[in-house]
Amino acid sequence: MIAELGLAALWLSAALAVLQMISGAFGVKGEGSSAHALYARPAAVVQAFLAVLAFFLLLYAFAITDLSIKLVATNSHSAKPLIYKLTGTWGNHEGSMLLWVAVLALSGGLLAGLERRLPEKTMSATLMVQGFVALGFYAFLLLSSNPFERLPVPALEGGGLNPLLQDIGLAVHPPTLYIGYVGLSVAFSLAMGALLTRQVNPDFAKILRPWVLGAWVFLTFGITAGSYWAYYELGWGGWWFWDPVENASFMPWLAATALLHSVSVLAARDALRTWTIMLGVLAFSMSMLGTFLVRSGVLTSVHAFAVDPERGSFILVLLALYIGGALTIFAMRAGSIAEGKRFSFTSREGALVFNNVMLSAILAIVLFGTLYPLLTEAFDTRVSVGPPYFNPVGAIFAIPMLIVMAVGPLLRWKEDNPKRIQFEISLLAAIVVAVIAVVAILGSYGILPHLGLGLALALAIATFLPLRRRNLRRVPLATWGMVCAHFGIAVAVFGMASESAFTSERLAAVAVGDSEEVAGWTIELESVAPVAGPNWTAIEARLMARRGDEEPTILAPQARNFWSPPQPTSESALITRWDGQLYAVIGDQAGVDEAGNQRWQLRVWWKPFVTLIWYGGILVALGGILSMIGRVRVDLTRRNAKAKGDERRAELEALDRDASTEPAE
Amino acid sequence: MRLSYFIPLALFLFFAGLAGYMLTQPKEQNVPSQMIEQPLPDFTLAPALDGLPGASRADFLGGEPRLLNIWASWCLPCIAEAPHLERLRTEGVEIVGIAVRDRPEAVADFLSRYGNPYTRIGSDDISELMLEVGASGVPETYVIDAAGNIRYQHIGDVRAETVPLLLEKLEEAR
Repeated sequence: MIAELGLAALWLSAALAVLQMISGAFGVKGEGSSAHALYARPAAVVQAFLAVLAFFLLLYAFAITDLSIKLVATNSHSAKPLIYKLTGTWGNHEGSMLLWVAVLALSGGLLAGLERRLPEKTMSATLMVQGFVALGFYAFLLLSSNPFERLPVPALEGGGLNPLLQDIGLAVHPPTLYIGYVGLSVAFSLAMGALLTRQVNPDFAKILRPWVLGAWVFLTFGITAGSYWAYYELGWGGWWFWDPVENASFMPWLAATALLHSVSVLAARDALRTWTIMLGVLAFSMSMLGTFLVRSGVLTSVHAFAVDPERGSFILVLLALYIGGALTIFAMRAGSIAEGKRFSFTSREGALVFNNVMLSAILAIVLFGTLYPLLTEAFDTRVSVGPPYFNPVGAIFAIPMLIVMAVGPLLRWKEDNPKRIQFEISLLAAIVVAVIAVVAILGSYGILPHLGLGLALALAIATFLPLRRRNLRRVPLATWGMVCAHFGIAVAVFGMASESAFTSERLAAVAVGDSEEVAGWTIELESVAPVAGPNWTAIEARLMARRGDEEPTILAPQARNFWSPPQPTSESALITRWDGQLYAVIGDQAGVDEAGNQRWQLRVWWKPFVTLIWYGGILVALGGILSMIGRVRVDLTRRNAKAKGDERRAELEALDRDASTEPAE
Repeated sequence: MRLSYFIPLALFLFFAGLAGYMLTQPKEQNVPSQMIEQPLPDFTLAPALDGLPGASRADFLGGEPRLLNIWASWCLPCIAEAPHLERLRTEGVEIVGIAVRDRPEAVADFLSRYGNPYTRIGSDDISELMLEVGASGVPETYVIDAAGNIRYQHIGDVRAETVPLLLEKLEEAR
């Protein structure tokens, strides 16, 4: 019954998407007053309820392990802990696609329900586009990946979930990422709506901004959480792999970051109109492209699931329809929304434009690196593109971007004289030089970690300079948001540079009682014993880690063997200190020592300040939240004031009219 | 209409065309060995169990082309391919086995359960030969001609339909 209800809800949602699209189209054609245009908003809202309901029904089916549903039977297992039964809902192709569709409908519903500031005609066009996009994904879900498909005969037991995914990290990071990816659909629809009705102006930018910020905040949280999950769960000590799937999440983030900066220029200065629309289209296009790359199997990735060329073709058709369609309309229409106001290069806008170009360049580099294997495979050559390409080539653009990021917020809008901020610039330059010099004396590290450390410190200080000589109570919330997010970037860059420069690693075969030293830590293997979990058994090592003379801390890394499906995983153990993390992994048996004692592979890292990477990510997202609240509040206040003013004026006019008619009595 | 506004569309269409083309291409998941058409590396491996000789490069020289089968008692697909190797043996093919990371008693147990198609089995304790011939996993089967050159690589287990193919390749290697 649950499955049938879910399926019915999905079909109804699809029907409502059609209604939303048609009604929206009437709204665009008729000058905003068509009677048929009234249905678009309610259709979007009800659709959101139904699609989210369908998702919760699937969640319920997973919670009770309903083995008559094919998806549950192939991906769940009755012996799994409840939390992983729930998270298993989106640990597979169909379930995650349903999550995608539910978030898409929810974004559309929120837009339709909350957004009252847009001209009706533009709103109709926006809802039309949103309905059109949703329809394609409903079709994909219902026609090629039905999550509610029944088995003719219920299975006796489920197939289980990939053990790597049985982790609390998976409870958080995919849904967060999906809200980010699919939330960008609102920016896409708004951009198309504004382009279709030629309403690309500062008012539109102010409306677009909170929606972009909202999706961007979730995307930032999602990427940060995903990176930390990969770091502690995969057990190889790295935190970013430049894997196609990671890139698929990073590219929409880059586009959205560029978008929310260009949207600020549009809102403040009525410039960058076509560029903003382009980025609005690009951000969600990158989300869709990522979905295609992950699910079609055209690229080989550690994350790839549901590799199926038929589904791949379906998504490719959707891509052609939406991205191709949007870019065609852009190419035809962009000329008619002529570029707005001009500005000088040394100005706030100039800096924002520069960094927009840098972000876009990094996006292009990541996109090219991700798709390059696809290109070479067409000529029968297999390559894999990894850190040796992405790190240095990305840095070529990231480093100037960090510099301009430090200086840009100090500049005035429209035009500024660089001499005015001479002191600040020399201060920052001095910091960079000093840090690089100190690090170079400490030891020999790569050029990128040097620059990273120097720029991170300079940026951290530069972030707060715009607050100088200002009354802190009167600084707008959005500015605090910017300061917080930019500071977060500085913190994260510091963590990255520090991790890559100062990490110490020790790999050894140790017997019980042996100890190893790494970066001032003494790690002693106290015991190795088998332990059992709900659906796994493991070898657990107990390590006594001591730094200098302090009390030892116990670490318990495990080498786990899950039995359904059978797969080994490695559970790392971490000690977090203010200045870094100790990371320990236990491996296989490694023969015996001279005395005949069993030895084990032990791998430990000391990673100074590595946690700053994720704290930085959280700060960036928090900055986004502050900024969003600030922008919406200011905008609402202004609109209320304007509405009140209009009311007063109307009343006065009415009084005047009354006054002029009175003498006739 | 400025032409530059069409650049994003053109780039996207190029990508869509490429992706569409790649979707229609069969996906080759295996990595073929770089050692095909190269001489077999020089090696000498100790016997994997009592009663059968070990293997070395010299065992492949002269006479008829032979098969080099990389397997292990711990490998499940190797059980599946055992009857087909047996058929190849009855067709008169000499098969030299290389047991990867194995123990003599496990090898003996495997052979007593699933039959012994091998004339000799070398014990490759550290996957040395396996890596040298460019095998990416277990099992793999190589056709070696009488001059000691690798002529053909079959990745994965030998199935019923692989038997005639291997016989044909052995014939070609003559």
